Amino acid sequence: MKKIKVAIVGSGNIGSDLMIKIAHKSSNLEMCAMVGIDENSDGLARAKRMGFATTAKGLSGLEAMPEWKDIKIIFDATSAKAHHHNWAIVEKYPDKRIIDLTPAAIGPFLIPPVNFDASHNVKNVNMVTCGGQATIPMVAAVNKVAKIHYGEIVASIASKSAGPGTRANIDEFTETTAHAIEKVGGADKGKAIIILNPAEPPVVMRDTVFTLSEQGDKKAIRESIHKMVEEVQKYVPGYSLHQEVQFDDIPEDQPVLIEGLGLRHGLKTTILLQVVGAGHYLPTYAGNLDIMTSAAMVTGDKLAEMNLTVS
Amino acid sequence: MNHKIYIQDVTLRDGMHPIQHQYKKQQIKDIAIALDKAGVDAIEISHGDGLTGGSFNYGFGAHTDWEWLEGIAEQLNHAKLTTLLIPGIGTIEDLKRARDLGVVSVRVATHSTEANISAQHIDAARNMGMDVAGFLMMAHMNDAKGLAEQAKLMENYGAHCVYVTDSAGALLMDGVRDRIKAFKDILKAETEIGIHCHHNLSLGVANTIVAMQEGANRLDASLAGMGAGAGNCPLEVLIAYLNKMNVSHHSDLFQLMDLADDVIRPLQTRPVQVDRETLSLGYSGVYSSFLLHSERAAKKYGLDTRTILNELGKRKMVGGQEDMIIDVALDLVDQTKKL
Repeated sequence: MKKIKVAIVGSGNIGSDLMIKIAHKSSNLEMCAMVGIDENSDGLARAKRMGFATTAKGLSGLEAMPEWKDIKIIFDATSAKAHHHNWAIVEKYPDKRIIDLTPAAIGPFLIPPVNFDASHNVKNVNMVTCGGQATIPMVAAVNKVAKIHYGEIVASIASKSAGPGTRANIDEFTETTAHAIEKVGGADKGKAIIILNPAEPPVVMRDTVFTLSEQGDKKAIRESIHKMVEEVQKYVPGYSLHQEVQFDDIPEDQPVLIEGLGLRHGLKTTILLQVVGAGHYLPTYAGNLDIMTSAAMVTGDKLAEMNLTVS
Repeated sequence: MNHKIYIQDVTLRDGMHPIQHQYKKQQIKDIAIALDKAGVDAIEISHGDGLTGGSFNYGFGAHTDWEWLEGIAEQLNHAKLTTLLIPGIGTIEDLKRARDLGVVSVRVATHSTEANISAQHIDAARNMGMDVAGFLMMAHMNDAKGLAEQAKLMENYGAHCVYVTDSAGALLMDGVRDRIKAFKDILKAETEIGIHCHHNLSLGVANTIVAMQEGANRLDASLAGMGAGAGNCPLEVLIAYLNKMNVSHHSDLFQLMDLADDVIRPLQTRPVQVDRETLSLGYSGVYSSFLLHSERAAKKYGLDTRTILNELGKRKMVGGQEDMIIDVALDLVDQTKKL
């Protein structure tokens, strides 16, 4: 079966990790070109060593290269700001699409095990954030059983795994993740918190999901969560429940004040996750990198498979 | 350059922690007006974990930040209305909303090694015309030189002042001295230096004074120490001390004493004091706000609070990781079962 040719824009941590994954693991994608803006970046040097076309002149640099015409999918691992520029280029070509790994969120949010079928059919899909990819499947899993009022996530990542792009745009992480908890997770209100922990040796990515839902069958909620964990594990093997799911009742006479919703009561579900990375570009503590690039690659693989079937 | 002593009250922000963020709107208003009358220079109001800290992770407030802040600025004659913003929890949008409610000064807080996530927020606050301070939390987890380099970053982003923030109340007096000295060495003369202490090792006042003697001029304190863990530097004690040292300031000792004893202490349902649990915070170097969460987890899972706190310290948890308290408690329960 012929593979679909792809390019990656952004030669930082995320782009480099994605490149290694596609080169070694993808069944339907062929890594073709790496685009950066810094001639001396480690990511571009590595891409050259691996035998891929490179340019340090941004996506317009690739547009002028002979490889461009065969590339069907562009993965954008730059920044929200740069994504607007990159999308303006890709949008002009009817045969190309973009998978956006920045928090720009021009296109619809896509969390593979939750809403692939509903969202993939556009030229620009957005992969939310690393924290969103790790937690929104859990929010959706609870919501399948008991209607969720509120979803809150806390993502803790090793300082070493947060590159300059992430650091300069921390609000984009919290805002984009919160929106996606609502839009994809199904919560009336979402909140996202991110913590950088500098401990040595670096800490493995941890994500905690708290939901407040209507009262529901706890056994069914637990099963729904376990099932969803298995779905995510199909493309992120290091994804796991670190503890058994915890439940607390928020009684009607002791409600909590949720900004934007008012006083609410119901069932609080606490889900403590751990994401161990595959250790492709950064070591295994960087589960945040792994879950993002794995979600993007599985999305690309599925899209490629569908296109191939059609042709 | 000698900066004037500037007393910032944190009763209505750090003081949220011991009462699980449950101040009523009227209490906030009454206490803010009284503090202003007593002459403090700045009054910080927000959820204990900063703007929009209300959450399962940190505890939901009795009100939103906007309800707490509304209508306060108009009542203040001397004191500046200030707030706290922790990037990763609150956003620039939240800060704009606070500004629209009359907040004129903000502290942008990061862990002691992560100053570079505050660049956008400090810059945005400057562009809003606010007084801005960088707030380097868990200062004991970075050495003097390293912490000063982080302070320099915040100064470069536009902070008027940078704080040594001993969130765990874990610094000894020499630890404070070395860090303030290192700030002094590396920061511009016009940049102010602040100190924020927790009283877990009973050094809240002593550490504040040491910092002042080394050149810090913005001093944090709260009525009756109302703050996380064993509380902050008690404001009324600090003012008494400054009076005895003949350091000039604007605050009235007797009014503050009355507020501390008549208004604040009765609110302290969980005593704000050095006891085995709060001492353990300072001893193990744990974020003071973890106290009540750890006590709740200890009760729920049948553990000793100190065991949880020690384990959190061992795992080098940083401010904001309250979710890991449940995680640690469950691990400890698991270990006990295996024994």
